Amino acid sequence: MTSLRPRDPEAARVWDIAAQVPDPEVPVLTIEDLGVLRSAAVGSDGVRVVLTPTYSGCPALDQMRDDVTARLREAGYGRVEVDTTLSPAWTTDWMTETGKQKLEAYGIAPPNFRAAGRQGPVLVQMAVKCPRCHSIRTREIARFGSTSCKALYECSDCLEPFDYFKVH
Amino acid sequence: MSHNTDTAPSSHGDVTVDELRLADELPGSGATATPDIAEYALRLGDDALILSQQLGWWVAKAPELEEDMALSNIALDLLGHARALLHFAGTASDRSEDDLAFWRDEHEFRNCWLVEQRNGHFGDTIARQFLFSAYQAELYRELQKSTDPTLQAIAAKAEREVRYHLDHAAQWILRLAGGTEESRGKIIVALGDVWPYVDELFVDDELTARLSGVVPAPSSLRAGFDRTVAEVFSEAELNTPQVKPARAEGRSGIHSTLLGHILTEMQWLPRRHPGASW
Repeated sequence: MTSLRPRDPEAARVWDIAAQVPDPEVPVLTIEDLGVLRSAAVGSDGVRVVLTPTYSGCPALDQMRDDVTARLREAGYGRVEVDTTLSPAWTTDWMTETGKQKLEAYGIAPPNFRAAGRQGPVLVQMAVKCPRCHSIRTREIARFGSTSCKALYECSDCLEPFDYFKVH
Repeated sequence: MSHNTDTAPSSHGDVTVDELRLADELPGSGATATPDIAEYALRLGDDALILSQQLGWWVAKAPELEEDMALSNIALDLLGHARALLHFAGTASDRSEDDLAFWRDEHEFRNCWLVEQRNGHFGDTIARQFLFSAYQAELYRELQKSTDPTLQAIAAKAEREVRYHLDHAAQWILRLAGGTEESRGKIIVALGDVWPYVDELFVDDELTARLSGVVPAPSSLRAGFDRTVAEVFSEAELNTPQVKPARAEGRSGIHSTLLGHILTEMQWLPRRHPGASW
């Protein structure tokens, strides 16, 4: 995936400020790590940042929008517009490698394969590695976890429960 | 630091459609639906809204905590789809998503009868969910070919989420049908109870004919739906229920006696306190 960070230095500065905003529900990740930040631009009447929701009903999006606005205001931008785009649809394939490493260090198993090309009414489950002891003897406790984007797993070796960031 | 007083972001922002050229400036929001496309979006949006409202009831009543989470998460996804679809539908008549959700009466709703059916016991909810998600998975896959960029974008987003809903419901059908004699008996009855409302999902009418090429013909989705259902039924050793279809006409605003009760609960607060916000 090509980098979305604008080449124009002015727009890149806006991008870099917005890129520091954390996901309110997974604070170890920034919206850049997640692939939620899609574009930043500077116009004659202010700056414009575009975000994409992870899941249609994700309640974190409004918070991210407010946080991006607040940070850009603090940096001196008077007029800030934060819009949402639905297309192309967000996928965990956009999560950065840095993001995946941060997730694992935080105790959440990162998405373990690419979303592209999955079909069929019943999804195939690949082994998920325990973020604590790295065992692959783990089992899904619940497909729907603490947020839309996570499932709940349990490790059969260290016996700890952990969240898994679902491939999407 | 400069401050403009009029720069507060609106609470929901604008939904725009990115034409895949992310490096360029994205096109501004403000896609306006034609009356026909708005009516179509209303059907899909109302389906999602009513089912979401129904699933919300389970938030602390499911048989286990994990299922509280699952059904609430599915409800949340559906609410997200409903918001996008109703927002888009409202652009044709200058109404907001909330205007459409809370200030229309029963005969103005365009949802199918399947989503109005009672939550009943857990098996009833799963039977309803399985059939509806199987339909939605086909619908949103085909709708991604739409020539309308907003419908296309909403469908692309929704399809992945719906596949999880379908998988979850399918897993439960297998578990209940292959569980105890009681669970098997109950899921067989539950599927028979909602089966009469399947046909309505696949009926072509004047609107879908006028939108030919823009949206998939509902009848064209039937084969894929039948394949999905047959695959799961075969694994669960279930037979297709032999029951007559109901005379459901939700797309024309004619509803079963159940919708009024759902709307009463869903709409009383905004009607009692118009304009109230969190």
